[in-house]
Amino acid sequence: MVSLSYDIAHLLAGGLVLVSFMLLYQDRLYSLLNVFALQAVVLAGAVAWQAHIQGAHHLYVTAAIALAFKAVLVPWALHRIVERLGVHREVETVVRIGPTMLAGMGLVALSVVLMLPLTAAENPLAREDLAFALSVILLGLLMMVTRRNAVSQVVGFMSLENGLVLAATGARGMPLVVEISVAFSVLIALIVIGVFLFRIRERFDTVDVAALDESRGERP
Amino acid sequence: MELILGLLVQGGQMLVVLLLAPGLVGLVRKVRARLTRRRGAPVLQPYRDLLRLMKKEVVLAENASWMFRVAPYTIFAATWVAAALVPTFALGLQFSWTADLIAIVALLGSARFFLALAGMDVGTAFGGIGASREVMIGAFAEPAMLLTVFTLALVAGSTQLSVVAAFMASPAVGLRVSLGMALVALVIVAIAENARIPVDNPATHLELTMVHEAMVLEYSGRHLAMIEIAAALKLLLYVALIACVFFPWGMAAAGSGVLAHLLGLAAFLLKLAAGGVLLATFETAIAKMRVFRVPDFLGAALMLGLLGTLLLFVSRSL
Repeated sequence: MVSLSYDIAHLLAGGLVLVSFMLLYQDRLYSLLNVFALQAVVLAGAVAWQAHIQGAHHLYVTAAIALAFKAVLVPWALHRIVERLGVHREVETVVRIGPTMLAGMGLVALSVVLMLPLTAAENPLAREDLAFALSVILLGLLMMVTRRNAVSQVVGFMSLENGLVLAATGARGMPLVVEISVAFSVLIALIVIGVFLFRIRERFDTVDVAALDESRGERP
Repeated sequence: MELILGLLVQGGQMLVVLLLAPGLVGLVRKVRARLTRRRGAPVLQPYRDLLRLMKKEVVLAENASWMFRVAPYTIFAATWVAAALVPTFALGLQFSWTADLIAIVALLGSARFFLALAGMDVGTAFGGIGASREVMIGAFAEPAMLLTVFTLALVAGSTQLSVVAAFMASPAVGLRVSLGMALVALVIVAIAENARIPVDNPATHLELTMVHEAMVLEYSGRHLAMIEIAAALKLLLYVALIACVFFPWGMAAAGSGVLAHLLGLAAFLLKLAAGGVLLATFETAIAKMRVFRVPDFLGAALMLGLLGTLLLFVSRSL
């Protein structure tokens, strides 16, 4: 029974990494947002399973927050923003999808190689969770780096936060108050970014962040 | 006695794959037609086509070399041997100990090599385009396939298909995310290798986007029949491979009786029909992608195979 519960935790955490790669693969904004919602659902599942096997009931609240905020509220708000901006077909990538994927594989390998020796004394579940969480964080960062469109950069930022939540649940003993404040600060960040997106659009007629470089005079 | 039994099972296997392969193609075409509200040709139509092609005379281009005439038989032989090595209804195949999954990949690779050569041999533009695209697809599909093989071999501790299938049927396999990834990667590779819809359209004959049909455009008569049946065998091989590795239920164990083998055959027929219907449904639901998108599609398979191996490494080292 122990091995089955471990297997399911492994399945959900591995699924989270896989969905991070699916985020990198998307080339339409709407499908990007849908995959992001899927990631939040998988995260909620992973956190709820951790709550079940650790017997930590406050983690259920974390899972519910992830489900309500990141699977429903944030994608819905981003859908609205994309609709109002009228940019649903544009995902300009700096690098092509293939090399991005390969770089992502390198990051996953890096986090595995880094995390497993570092946490050698911990129990297998936490070690694996930390390794996967670090990969999700790095993949979110990669997404922010390789996308020019501000909306997909926001999605990268949010998926990075998903990795943080996974790490926190795996580490045992993150207080609920921290989790709630993190969730709300992400929500505030979304509102700020949403307002900011419209300001960018108003000023430069695009949400391509390359336009910002131009206005700083970096590109002739 | 055991040797005779093994040889019997192996011979039966070779006959079964050869006899069922055109039927599978016919089934897929029929289901596709029904899904688009057409009546469609009968399921037996591919058999009739093959017989008709066998009787027709061969028309050779003037500048066709011996390569062009030999290639169909080489392709057919390599594919048939590869298909005979995948356990379909019974595990105790006599030849399965001489060649593992990597050898099957190599056999299919050499069949592809000869097909590409034959496509370029006559020197028509279509053949060259088809051959170059086929090789491009192969360059992405083969590494993905090999990574899937690695994942399976790491899980089961062997590259022998019989051992892998027996391991997958046992409860020791558990619930592994790597296997799910390997399954998806293998399905993507199978779709690309068999020139099915998101990658290539098997129903087209004059389009600038075709890959497989472009290479065989110059073939006629019994040569074309050989190539067609090799293509059908390849489709059956991939369905049988996926069924044998990921759904290994109902297969007769080595050395079991006649009844077990008959049951295994019935289970295999069911799996084959399910695979055909699923493939046809998938093809109807999806649109063909541009040739330049194919590397991304196959790159996803490569990535899944790599990720599966990596995740396996995580769960094993703990």
